[in-house]
Amino acid sequence: MTQHDGPPPGRAERHLLYGERPDVAGAAGYTDPPPRMGFFTDTSVCIGCKACEVACKEWNAVPEDGLEFTGMSYDNTQGLGADTWRHVAFVEQREQLGGQEPGVAHAGTDVFEAARRLGTSPSSPGPGATTPAPVAPDGRTELRWLMSSDVCKHCTHAACLDVCPTGSLFRTEFGTVVVQKDICNGCGYCVPACPYGVIDQRPDDGRVWKCTLCYDRLGVGMEPACAKACPTESIQFGPLEELRERAAARVARLHAAGVTDARLYGESPDDGVGGDGAFFLLLDEPEVYGLPPDPVVTTRDLPSMWRHAGAAAVTLAACAAVCFVKGTR
Amino acid sequence: MSDSDVTSHGAEGERPGRQALTGQGTGRRRRRGRRGEQPVVPEARFSSYYGRPVLNKPTWEPLDIAGYLYLGGLAGASSLLAAGAHLGGRTSLARVTKLGAFGAISVSLGALVHDLGRPARFVNMLRIFKPTSPMNLGSWLLAAYAPLTSVAAATDVTGRLPRAGTAATAGAAVLAPAVATYTAVLLSDTAVPSWHEAYRQLPFVFAGSAATAGAGLALAAADPAETRPARRLAALGAVLELGCAQLMKRRIGLAAEPFEQGRPHRLMRIAELLTTGGALLAWRSGGRNRAVPAVAGAALLTGSAALRFAVFHAGVASAEDPRYTVLPQRERLEERTRSGGAGRHGEQPQA
Repeated sequence: MTQHDGPPPGRAERHLLYGERPDVAGAAGYTDPPPRMGFFTDTSVCIGCKACEVACKEWNAVPEDGLEFTGMSYDNTQGLGADTWRHVAFVEQREQLGGQEPGVAHAGTDVFEAARRLGTSPSSPGPGATTPAPVAPDGRTELRWLMSSDVCKHCTHAACLDVCPTGSLFRTEFGTVVVQKDICNGCGYCVPACPYGVIDQRPDDGRVWKCTLCYDRLGVGMEPACAKACPTESIQFGPLEELRERAAARVARLHAAGVTDARLYGESPDDGVGGDGAFFLLLDEPEVYGLPPDPVVTTRDLPSMWRHAGAAAVTLAACAAVCFVKGTR
Repeated sequence: MSDSDVTSHGAEGERPGRQALTGQGTGRRRRRGRRGEQPVVPEARFSSYYGRPVLNKPTWEPLDIAGYLYLGGLAGASSLLAAGAHLGGRTSLARVTKLGAFGAISVSLGALVHDLGRPARFVNMLRIFKPTSPMNLGSWLLAAYAPLTSVAAATDVTGRLPRAGTAATAGAAVLAPAVATYTAVLLSDTAVPSWHEAYRQLPFVFAGSAATAGAGLALAAADPAETRPARRLAALGAVLELGCAQLMKRRIGLAAEPFEQGRPHRLMRIAELLTTGGALLAWRSGGRNRAVPAVAGAALLTGSAALRFAVFHAGVASAEDPRYTVLPQRERLEERTRSGGAGRHGEQPQA
């Protein structure tokens, strides 16, 4: 751990179901595992090309899951599910991004009038001009467009894995979480357990499916298909420790450049899921991108749940006993 | 240019369109209670991605899984009554409850297997023992419990192997309270807001609901001369079920809202009316009259089922609306920021 020098006072006791866990593969029983691998998705350089979505579908032979017009900007993919393991979100906002000037809309512009004036004034250069006139002082237009490629978070404490009754979901030596398709019996328990809404059931198939972080490619030393296809290196793949350092430096640079909205999401091993194996640099609150602002692995409360259920069971038995003990017919 | 700012006052019930704006409420609008009460606190604003849910909602079929919860409760309470009746020599009550427990748990298991995406792989549930998975522990529990109920029922009907019958009846009664209440943990151990937040109260609600169902079956089918314990159990169960359901709705904050709207609300009202009515009717039904306890029993059985379906549908509704996921988490985050980041992530939802 580079950024965390030991557990803070009063937190010495390590919880199996919750909290920091530096050696996640080791805790799953691997001896001498490779470093934990993950994704750092830097949404500030995402251009929304959806190459990741396509690469993922192609490499993993994920079936198509219907084309539906949603009216949600450029997003007809809608969200992660059994047949969508990468999902690019598009959010259009009238917000300032760095030095950008917001609120300069074209609503009042008469395009025909502008066309008539072409070449007659410096603000409307005619054909042959190399640069169009800026509509804002620094040359940017009115809205900012947030694009973010969402993916399975490969949580340190993965609720899907914890609740899986068959052991189909397992932790790989790379610290990722993968479904074994020959074991899954389609009970569907992992679906509502995931705090991010990632894993889902494929109706015609019955089993559940999600991102494997390209377990097959990792096994032969290759990077996952989405990261490989990403043209802007918005999706970065590598050892989690290294990605965390890179992300911290990137946030510092963005802050220095005036993009004060930049923040990391899911990188902290101190969060409700013990840190994500796939974390993000966001430019707005997580919920704007459809991500939960403060997710917690549901099994954190499991011991307390069993205690309450035990008390309820005793209550039920006592009620039944009382009904017989007192009366004689 | 389409410039539709979707605020919490405009474009009600509509998709926010192209411009999802920061800080604007884009979740679906709440429907107020039918009696038109006005909210004391103004509606909290929150952001979401085009009003889309954060969670993937449960894929379970309501009839299969709510039915599974209900029949598990019915079986559990029946086994408890069976043990008491067996001990006390109430032969008719013992017969009905033993058969009831066996029948209910068999159908319940059938529903569970039917709901699997790959029913043929049901036995994969038993390929490991996994304490972090309530469904795995539940499968082991049922694997032990269901055969015991079958032996108890078979020996009672045939009259053979009475000692084995006694042992099986006792064994089933030992496991029965767990069978009736573990299903609450099954629901709560998810990210579904209305199920997870209720994890303290839900086992008691389910215990009460199990008691009323078991008592209902006994009242409806057993010799009225022997059903005094069932009448008492109906009363105790109704108090436990409805009392803890009220407590639950008061304690779980925003996650209680789905219980007050639409189908879950209607089902809760039905459960309250039938359970209360059935328990009162059962309490007052003495003597040899068969019709009154039969009606009371049917009411109790239906009321218990309505409660399970209400809980099931409320959970699904809470998963379908991002508001129930985002708002409490956002409040938690802001609380933590105010207290200087001292608290842990996700600590103290609303105690």
